[in-house]
Amino acid sequence: MEKEFIHLSHISKSYDNTLVLDDLDLKIRENEFLTLLGPSGCGKTTTLRLLGGFETPDAGQIFFDGSDITSLPPNERKLNTVFQKYALFPHMSIAENIAFGLKISKKSKAYINDKIKYALKLVNLNGYENRSIDSLSGGQQQRIAIARAIVNEPKVLLLDEPLGALDLKLRQDMQYELIRLKEELGITFVYVTHDQEEALTMSDTIVVMNQGYIQQIGTPEDIYNEPCNAFVADFIGDSNIIDGIMLEDKLVKILGVKIPCVDTGFGKKQPVDVVIRPEDVELSDPANGFMEGDVVSIIFKGVHYEIEVHANGYDWLVHTTKMFPVGTHVGISVIPFNIQIMNKPESSDEKAVDVNA
Amino acid sequence: MHKFKRQFLSGPYIIWIIGFILLPILMIFYYGITDSAGSFTLKNIIAIAEPVHLKSLLLSLKLALLCTVICLILSYPLAMILNSLHLKHQSFVVFIFVLPMWMNFMLRILAWQLLLSNNGIFNTLLETMGLPKLQLLNTPSAVVFGMVYDFLPFMILPIYNAMDRIGSDIIDAARDLGASQLQIFMKIIFPLTVSGVLSGIIMVFVPALTSFVISNLLGGGKVLLIGNVIEQEFMQNMNWNMGSGLSIVLMVFVIASMAFMNGHNKEGEGTAVW
Repeated sequence: MEKEFIHLSHISKSYDNTLVLDDLDLKIRENEFLTLLGPSGCGKTTTLRLLGGFETPDAGQIFFDGSDITSLPPNERKLNTVFQKYALFPHMSIAENIAFGLKISKKSKAYINDKIKYALKLVNLNGYENRSIDSLSGGQQQRIAIARAIVNEPKVLLLDEPLGALDLKLRQDMQYELIRLKEELGITFVYVTHDQEEALTMSDTIVVMNQGYIQQIGTPEDIYNEPCNAFVADFIGDSNIIDGIMLEDKLVKILGVKIPCVDTGFGKKQPVDVVIRPEDVELSDPANGFMEGDVVSIIFKGVHYEIEVHANGYDWLVHTTKMFPVGTHVGISVIPFNIQIMNKPESSDEKAVDVNA
Repeated sequence: MHKFKRQFLSGPYIIWIIGFILLPILMIFYYGITDSAGSFTLKNIIAIAEPVHLKSLLLSLKLALLCTVICLILSYPLAMILNSLHLKHQSFVVFIFVLPMWMNFMLRILAWQLLLSNNGIFNTLLETMGLPKLQLLNTPSAVVFGMVYDFLPFMILPIYNAMDRIGSDIIDAARDLGASQLQIFMKIIFPLTVSGVLSGIIMVFVPALTSFVISNLLGGGKVLLIGNVIEQEFMQNMNWNMGSGLSIVLMVFVIASMAFMNGHNKEGEGTAVW
């Protein structure tokens, strides 16, 4: 893809003796939609604030288009931010809000008026120039905040959980809007969220963070299908994470049963984490599976049923479109390709955590 | 029945409003436009044009204005400093500023009377340093000083409250959009604190304009404010009609200044006095 545009080089940052970021190294390419994803307190917002210039790192440097901007104040950086709570100026009209940055940089009146019209059209709020901020809904306010940022033609737009305060339906609509905007503007988006669905929908690249460390960088497909550790697997969607022993290449033993897989190179008799996505678990007649169990609960979720199956001492989470009443004796099987083998966590930040974000 | 009950609950407040607010005002109006025999006249109100009355009204306006300006100059930077403090220190400092308000204000002014007197601590200090004594007490400056001392919290608090309501993300957003510190102040902080400044002005200017105790104690009868004139008419000359007539004139000035400020206060969110 395009060239490396921003480089956060060996960044460390702590607040009151709490380490928030530890030797973070991240490269952002031009024109990509990069999402920093993680639970609260993982350091994603701090990373964004460092990019925006609102914080300075304790150690490390930030390069922007080749030049060191580590100590440059926010008003001298060529990027703009969309804040979580909109942060619109309450004493100004919508037009004045959007014109703020342009007036600071002393653009002509005609240019500013054109820009306001263009930006309002871009965020689907034509003719809202003279309305007051109070008269807008949350979603509309966030669109104005986006318009206010993009009129300055930043090379990078930073978005700090911009959809966090909106309701579900609006959030989904805005996700499509943001993708469209990104394509029309052709600039880099750095997006912060704790919502894995948002990250999967919009991003070119996802950076999964936990406890100040980057856990995995990859495309949404990579992150979902090939999580590199239990934390990522658990944070991105639901997972069955089971203790296992890698007996030899392409053969793993879980819950007392040997099953074939596709992974190699873990050595022999090595303890591992085995990750199986709930939609990859197939339920069938008891005789056809590699394990037998009983349906403990079933919940209708609209698109699929969420079924819990108790088998060999483990409660399997299963997503299937077929209906299996509680008490049904079933067989469990998973095709080798859908079994993910991972090394056991080496530190606490790589462990699966219970996140209700 | 239910409706009657609810109206009954507001009874005490209605009695309060009628008995302690409306009735006294009506009485002042009655006395103000009648003479001692009870017949209608405007001479009590026109009496403001007498040179001695006019002089004290102008002096009152001048000193109240001076007091307000000094309070504003002191309060605005102070509120900014206060706002920039760490949160847990903020409430402590606010507490320090509010603390004197819990003490009887007459007592505080009496204390200043002693401190500023010819044998008070300041003059003693000057004396020990070999400097000549200063006439501090019984001057207009002493009166303004006392007013500023008494009314300063009423200026600080509304400005501080207005500043406190400006979220840090608003400031961040302005910086993000390219504004320098000065531009942030001119375009964001000041416009958003105007309502606080205006309520502060009203809350300082109006009591300063009508005060008479401070000028009595720190002015020693040499600084005659319109409040003192009215007090004398009531208490010494027993001329309730004249006192009421001049009170009406003063009330007009108070209401006019409040209306003027209110007209300039577009925001008015909560910090406005009325």
